[in-house]
Amino acid sequence: MAKSGSSGTGGRGKGHSKSKEAEIKRINKELANIRSKFKGDKALDGYSKKKYVCKLLFIFLLGHDIDFGHMEAVNLLSSNKYTEKQIGYLFISVLVNSNSELIRLINNAIKNDLASRNPTFMCLALHCIANVGSREMGEAFAADIPRILVAGDSMDSVKQSAALCLLRLYKASPDLVPMGEWTARVVHLLNDQHMGVVTAAVSLITCLCKKNPDDFKTCISLAVSRLSRIVSSASTDLQDYTYYFVPAPWLSVKLLRLLQCYPPPEDAAVKGRLVECLETVLNKAQEPPKSKKVQHSNAKNAILFETISLIIHYDSEPNLLVRACNQLGQFLQHRETNLRYLALESMCTLASSEFSHEAVKTHIDTVINALKTERDVSVRQRAADLLYAMCDRSNAKQIVSEMLRYLETADYAIREEIVLKVAILAEKYAVDYSWYVDTILNLIRIAGDYVSEEVWYRVLQIVTNRDDVQGYAAKTVFEALQAPACHENMVKVGGYILGEFGNLIAGDPRSSPPVQFSLLHSKFHLCSVATRALLLSTYIKFINLFPETKATIQGVLRAGSQLRNADVELQQRAVEYLTLSSVASTDVLATVLEEMPPFPERESSILAKLKRKKGPGAGSALDDGRRDPSSNDINGGVEPTPSTVSTPSPSADLLGLRAAPPPAAPPASSGAGNLLVDVFSDGPAAQPSLGPTPEEAFLSELEPPAPESPMALLADPAPAADPGPEDIGPPIPEADELLNKFVCKNNGVLFENQLLQIGVKSEFRQNLGRMYLFYGNKTSVQFQNFSPTVVHPGDLQTHILPLAVQTKRVAAQVDGGAQVQQVLNIECLRDFLTPPLLSVRFRYGGAPQSLTLKLPVTINKFFQPTEMAAQDFFQRWKQLSLPQQEAQKIFKANHPMDAEVTKAKLLGFGSALLDNVDPNPENFVGAGIIQTKALQVGCLLRLEPNAQAQMYRLTLRTSKEPVSRHLCELLAQQF
Amino acid sequence: MIKFFLMVNKQGQTRLSKYYEHVEMNKRTLLETEVIKSCLSRSSEQCSFIEFKDFKLIYRQYAALFIVVGVNDTENEMAIYEFIHNFVEVLDEYFSRVSELDVSFFKAVSQVFLSSWQSTGSS
Repeated sequence: MAKSGSSGTGGRGKGHSKSKEAEIKRINKELANIRSKFKGDKALDGYSKKKYVCKLLFIFLLGHDIDFGHMEAVNLLSSNKYTEKQIGYLFISVLVNSNSELIRLINNAIKNDLASRNPTFMCLALHCIANVGSREMGEAFAADIPRILVAGDSMDSVKQSAALCLLRLYKASPDLVPMGEWTARVVHLLNDQHMGVVTAAVSLITCLCKKNPDDFKTCISLAVSRLSRIVSSASTDLQDYTYYFVPAPWLSVKLLRLLQCYPPPEDAAVKGRLVECLETVLNKAQEPPKSKKVQHSNAKNAILFETISLIIHYDSEPNLLVRACNQLGQFLQHRETNLRYLALESMCTLASSEFSHEAVKTHIDTVINALKTERDVSVRQRAADLLYAMCDRSNAKQIVSEMLRYLETADYAIREEIVLKVAILAEKYAVDYSWYVDTILNLIRIAGDYVSEEVWYRVLQIVTNRDDVQGYAAKTVFEALQAPACHENMVKVGGYILGEFGNLIAGDPRSSPPVQFSLLHSKFHLCSVATRALLLSTYIKFINLFPETKATIQGVLRAGSQLRNADVELQQRAVEYLTLSSVASTDVLATVLEEMPPFPERESSILAKLKRKKGPGAGSALDDGRRDPSSNDINGGVEPTPSTVSTPSPSADLLGLRAAPPPAAPPASSGAGNLLVDVFSDGPAAQPSLGPTPEEAFLSELEPPAPESPMALLADPAPAADPGPEDIGPPIPEADELLNKFVCKNNGVLFENQLLQIGVKSEFRQNLGRMYLFYGNKTSVQFQNFSPTVVHPGDLQTHILPLAVQTKRVAAQVDGGAQVQQVLNIECLRDFLTPPLLSVRFRYGGAPQSLTLKLPVTINKFFQPTEMAAQDFFQRWKQLSLPQQEAQKIFKANHPMDAEVTKAKLLGFGSALLDNVDPNPENFVGAGIIQTKALQVGCLLRLEPNAQAQMYRLTLRTSKEPVSRHLCELLAQQF
Repeated sequence: MIKFFLMVNKQGQTRLSKYYEHVEMNKRTLLETEVIKSCLSRSSEQCSFIEFKDFKLIYRQYAALFIVVGVNDTENEMAIYEFIHNFVEVLDEYFSRVSELDVSFFKAVSQVFLSSWQSTGSS
């Protein structure tokens, strides 16, 4: 706390020293003088002692070291004169050192003062403890201060200081402050006559109740009645505590903030009174100001903003939420920049409430205008955030186009973030994919430098997975590439798309194959090595797509600048592609250079990137499930192919640019270098073994592993030979629905059609599970080549398998009417989000049949119920208070709301049900631990049914963000 | 929660500082330089709240003197903004027409004010 600022100007007390040297000289002289006075034989009187100690203090504050005088300062502490004592304490507070002898003396003096019953001395002592705030001080006094705080005879000023002192000690070392019967009495300080005491007490309680919410629960009603008294008081009632005609603004803010530590009051009367207060504050905002002074409106608005925060925190009063939104809407056009900034910021949180989302949307034009005209970049940033938060399908086109326009003039610092947001919104709310493609290409055109890999990888994935947009995409990139200057990212996207789908536009003479090629090649020389490598792959694909370009392209590949390129990657590609094109037959070429298979669907890596960029919690406004459960099908435009295991297609080298050895290279073929060898030694038959390596490199580029979705390819221990994982089709459309049926139960019929019935029996203990699958042949004909396999879709790159599944082979024939059983041993190694896939293949009457289902293994199967007392529960609940640890969903009941059924479902879900925890008996509270081999995840859940509205609110808190979200989604579908 | 309270002039000299979290001495100088830099770079049209690293700065300018409060995101910006003014009014009352020199000469006095009522933020 000591400030060693060296303001070279000297001070009045020490004369006006002209230079640094002069100052030092002057100070040394003074120090010598003081030293001699202290050492002198003559005892100094109190006044001189005070004077010299004061001088020493000043010299120290000027930035000079002081190594004596401590003893004299300590002596001053025992003086009976206020001024002398005060200087003593000031010196100690600023210059305390850990000299043990001195500390003992100081503590002694403080003890005396605390016991003195003289309020001024007590306050000085308390201030000193608070200012030093060291552990030693805490150890010495932490037990005394609560006593002083709640003693009936303590003066107001002493209580106030004691509360603040305790707060300080608690913040420094919470373990030193003993909880005890005084806590109940602290709460009653909220009723104190003296506003200073109340203010200090609110600060203290707000801090203490975070750790022990139950101990301080009674503060809610007291805080509400205090708040109501302040809010309804006339502007002059509180005298000293009225600030520019606003009664006790800071205290009001603090009370409102204290209430935000708790859910809405359960007592109807208290709640009614509180709602009245909140309404009064909102009403007052509409009244004409009592003063023209800006201080008046600032203080008023401070209360208003805190009120709105509380309303948002409760998120249960639609009427208030909408009023809050309208109030903020007025501020959006206020001439004070501060208000516009704060209004945009608050509105951002309002947008995520289902009650006020629509109300927020009505301000879209104002917000767009702010984005365009606001002079302050931080306000514009808030406006962009708000647009992002209020975006839904109805306004996506408008918002995206406005953000694109803004991007042209946006500050460099926030461009990348805007690019990510546009990319996410465009994908999430795309109704038709041609719009999506246009948007992303526009992004690249406007802000190519800020378009990160994730963004353009994503557009390629989507185009590859959606065949209805491929032709349009090819046409659009072709047109975009015709611009005289286009960004390198555009060349990359264009090269890739034309290489895959250029044939779709080749019919038009304006984009005939030679035109396409020469257009791409005109950009070639200006591009970086990586892009050129990509273009080379496009060229070889062209040879396959358009045989007429073969000669030209071979000419390019043959050129010295390619074949002898200094860059080894380019050289290798040129050499290999040239040889491939001249030696391989058309059939081989067609197979090797086949179109890319669809990509496995997963969480958009762009979203992951935005979250990383903004830090935890920032993504919350866009967490789909919250208010737009249907939004899945937008991403899921790609859904028909969601869980396809990536196909080791031999054609996959298109983007395999990285020289780094690809992960998980199978021994059979290691890298592109083997490509030719394999092709030529084994002929066409060997083609399936060519590709995996570049394929993986490709995937690993397209999809940087998103930490949120640890999906890993499940090594399938079942015979991998014949039904290679590439043959596993997408899960049947109803697979998700079937899976949902098994979230809360372990046994039942998983699937049934005219041919086949699949039954499941499973049991789980800790992180282990055993599942019996029963395959029943419903026909009278034998199934042949019957082979069920289990795979875990996902990333080839990460080697971490979330689940280890051991399957036993079953007989290849299933007689008509017979049933075969398959045993699966499952071990959960780490948390996972996607269930494994079960693919069943057989021949029925000569016709091949195949079927892919989601195996009913969800993360909650590894729940171990945990019983705990209410107090423990709330303590843990509080500990998991980071926004990203919580997942919440409010949803309509799909089934009749029956408490017993709900109970059974929750138990089936795996958590323990805790009675007598939630004060509202209608609510359900559960706790459990998810057991995986690598880690355990503690989970707390709370389900609040609202029978009147036929709605539920489900809140999950776990130590891992993806787990919270996933569990919340799983469970929400059950009711 | 308030992290620190600073009074810095346009030349970047710190007139008063109070930290409510432990910050190393040498880091303080660095922090104060950055803080004043970001305050100086703003015009009067811009709002008084700056997102700074992982917390927020709330500042007010009085002639050549900036008062900057660093807070984490649990504070009410407007309340802190007005609290700064209230503090200045108190100094003004005590010194009768307070100036930067008063604050720097009577650091101790300002310290007393600050420490005696800052964590309450009450008037």
